[in-house]
Amino acid sequence: MNATATQTSQTASGSAIGAFIAALLIGGAIIFVTGHVQAETLHDAAHDVRHATGFPCH
Amino acid sequence: MYGKVFTGALFAGFAAGLIAAALQLYFVQPVLLHAELYEGGDLIHFGSESTVPAHQDVGGIDLMRDGLSVLFTVLVYTGYAFIMVGAMALASERGHSVDARRGILWGLGGFVAVHFAPAFSLPPELPGVAAADVVARQIWWFGTVAASAIAVALIAFGRNWAAWGAAVVLLLAPHVIGAPQPEVFTGPVPPELGGEFAGRALGVGLAAWVTLGCFAGFFWQRETQGAPQPA
Repeated sequence: MNATATQTSQTASGSAIGAFIAALLIGGAIIFVTGHVQAETLHDAAHDVRHATGFPCH
Repeated sequence: MYGKVFTGALFAGFAAGLIAAALQLYFVQPVLLHAELYEGGDLIHFGSESTVPAHQDVGGIDLMRDGLSVLFTVLVYTGYAFIMVGAMALASERGHSVDARRGILWGLGGFVAVHFAPAFSLPPELPGVAAADVVARQIWWFGTVAASAIAVALIAFGRNWAAWGAAVVLLLAPHVIGAPQPEVFTGPVPPELGGEFAGRALGVGLAAWVTLGCFAGFFWQRETQGAPQPA
């Protein structure tokens, strides 16, 4: 019983760290592309949001 | 676990992003459009005698431009939501309860780390203001946000003075090092508009982050209801 509980807890803990890292990478990539990439089309489309959200823009 | 995090993040980010977009369009966008009249030279502030009225017609809704702003605001807050819900998964796995009410605290923490900390040395800037090289500022911005986010987590979940002390160092360091600043101030925009813009951007940011945290906590709890609760 104890062994099973420990096993479950370890698996769950591992998957939370994995999910956190995956979410961090996906979220970070979205923020980088929408808020920080300087390509002209992206910059122009996101211009107002970048200013209003406090990102360095120009 | 992955599915719960991603579903919660998409719902929370979309909902908070829409509210943030509405607040930005109503409160921040008119100040930005007003400043663009100075940036483009339609109005001149630092002339020999300034007789330009402080109230200007800045136009109404521009469907294309404002539509893109709504889309990108939703995207930005969805990005934040991914990171926040991912962190909530980690926290609830370690026995911390996460729900809509506690989510408000998460939102406040996120606001401090992502919005307020960088603004302390690099306040939200209007188009046309003087600023240092954009890449240098972006590097400083990411470093500051990362350090401040770790600091907020250490304050919230640390259990001893070593953790809290490290948090204080991480919060102060980016500002002691200093943000990239322009060599000279050359902006054509009245400082009153710059101040109003910074205040409004921060205020809307606070509202948006509190909303995001609340939604993230709500959807995370919903996604995980029925799953075995950690002790």
